[in-house]
Amino acid sequence: MTRALGRMAAWRLAFTAPLLLVVTLGMFVLAKASPFDPVRQYLGDRALTTSPEIARQIRANWGLDRPLAEQYLTWLGNLLRGDLGESRSMHRPVAEVIGERLGWTLLAAGCAMVVMLAASLVLGSLAAWRRDSWADRLISGTAYANEAAPVFWTALIVIWIFAVRLRWLPPGGLTDAASGTVEPADVLRHMILPVAVLAFSQSSWLVLFVRESLITTLREDFVIGARARGLRERTVVVRHALRSALLPFITLLGARVPELVTGAILVETVFSWPGVASASVQAALAADFPLLAALTLLATLAVVAGNLLADTAYVIADPRVRVLGVS
Amino acid sequence: MATGVAGGLTRSRRRFPRGAAVTLVLLLLAVVLVPLFARLDQQLVDLHAASLPPSLRHPFGTDEVGRDVLLRAVYGLRVSVLVGLAAAVVSVTIGTLAGLAAGAAGGTLDRLIMRIVDGFNSVPHLLFGIFIVALFTPSTTAVVVSVALTHWMTAARIVRSEVLTLRARPFVDAAISGGSRRLRIVRRHFLPHLIPHIMLAAVLMIPHAIWHETALSFLGLGLPAHLASLGNMINDGARSLLAGNWWASLFPGLFIFLPTLAISALAQYWRDRSNPRWRSELQL
Repeated sequence: MTRALGRMAAWRLAFTAPLLLVVTLGMFVLAKASPFDPVRQYLGDRALTTSPEIARQIRANWGLDRPLAEQYLTWLGNLLRGDLGESRSMHRPVAEVIGERLGWTLLAAGCAMVVMLAASLVLGSLAAWRRDSWADRLISGTAYANEAAPVFWTALIVIWIFAVRLRWLPPGGLTDAASGTVEPADVLRHMILPVAVLAFSQSSWLVLFVRESLITTLREDFVIGARARGLRERTVVVRHALRSALLPFITLLGARVPELVTGAILVETVFSWPGVASASVQAALAADFPLLAALTLLATLAVVAGNLLADTAYVIADPRVRVLGVS
Repeated sequence: MATGVAGGLTRSRRRFPRGAAVTLVLLLLAVVLVPLFARLDQQLVDLHAASLPPSLRHPFGTDEVGRDVLLRAVYGLRVSVLVGLAAAVVSVTIGTLAGLAAGAAGGTLDRLIMRIVDGFNSVPHLLFGIFIVALFTPSTTAVVVSVALTHWMTAARIVRSEVLTLRARPFVDAAISGGSRRLRIVRRHFLPHLIPHIMLAAVLMIPHAIWHETALSFLGLGLPAHLASLGNMINDGARSLLAGNWWASLFPGLFIFLPTLAISALAQYWRDRSNPRWRSELQL
């Protein structure tokens, strides 16, 4: 098994390096085709009062007067050495910005994943077990509706209900505006709504998947056999049917990273959560290429890692892949 | 027709979604007819009527500067549908060309194109869209380009897999023995067979494209702010949400939610009566 895993991982990694290279090249070409002048952007209002001589010097400092190929190679070399450049909108090194914000994103997205998994498993199983009951109709109906609702709209509805009308929870931010320190209890209170919305928005496909999958499995012979042996209903559903129904599900989970990134971007922005995903929007609004490029690369890496995770889970879960290899 | 055990069991649940069809038709009628007959100006600013809650005169209320939200939402839907339509057409065209090239040429070109598809799929769509829009001035073209560039891969996959099955059909062998060149086979034999698939892919792309446009506009990166697009309206309305003014952002969202729900209900109905092989490709 380790050999199959190793081969698969090596295959993925061999694909990753050229992929990242192509992504960097694509971003560089787009940035060069952009009509925005980075020096002007950097100077902001001061652009009007700065002498052309100084603007020229900044240009030379950034190497913008060099041939394009050289600029690209320099940038790529810097990336490889871990130098992500300077964020032009936040006027700080990109690595520092990401380092400060990545933890908050991982915290929120991680909690959302856990909540989503637990809730979807319970609700999906319930819907399948009591198929066609009012509970099933409610659960699948909500899931279908949730698929069609844009997550930022759901987020606004949630804010309106829980923050504006009921005043139970704060509408956004990491801590209260008045507090100068980051208290865990305060963060937790601010985290509930964004985590719940992110989890809810990502959960619909999983609820429907668990439901469909379990309904199919509940018709299989071994489930009928288990029931015939007089096992308790709970044991039949949870220990026998659910287990077998969930086999393909980790694979699907790994492949959902792009949707998770999309959800995180929108939810973090609506709730002013200071993570990397909302930073990408701020960087985009300011046309801050170094920060945006670094964040895009980061997201691409996350997607590749998710695919790797999916393949790994597949190899471990399915003996056929283990023996015959990944096709 | 759905046959077999699964089809038999689900058929009773799959009646034609009449409500969905009616909703779509009504919304389309509104989008086409309202601008022709409207007595009110959607851009009309009336500060005396600012932030009014829903009433008979303004069923969806008014926004911060007194514009009627219902009227603007209809105009917004119109802009979103047009942008979605344009983006769907462009992305499906790119996808069809790529899929045709990959499927008909085979070999290295096929592998290269499919790797490019994989590469585009590795960057989260919204982030890639944000990247494109951020570097160019906000405009309808930038949004259409950004949506098209992030969504052509589905069509490319469908077309390629269809071409690969078509290649094995006897009439293609016959055409080749008859002396047809590759381009002629593509034009005369592949394309006519592909049209229904391409059309379906385009129709299903429209809600995706609308969603994408709305998300970009909501983030302030999409259409120019003065255009009444649904995303811009939700973004505008969100600012006054904390003051309790919920109608300005929540009602426009309904205009994205309802058509998307209706289209997905119709697509599902259609899926149950169609070739199962397309389902996974279309990500229904």
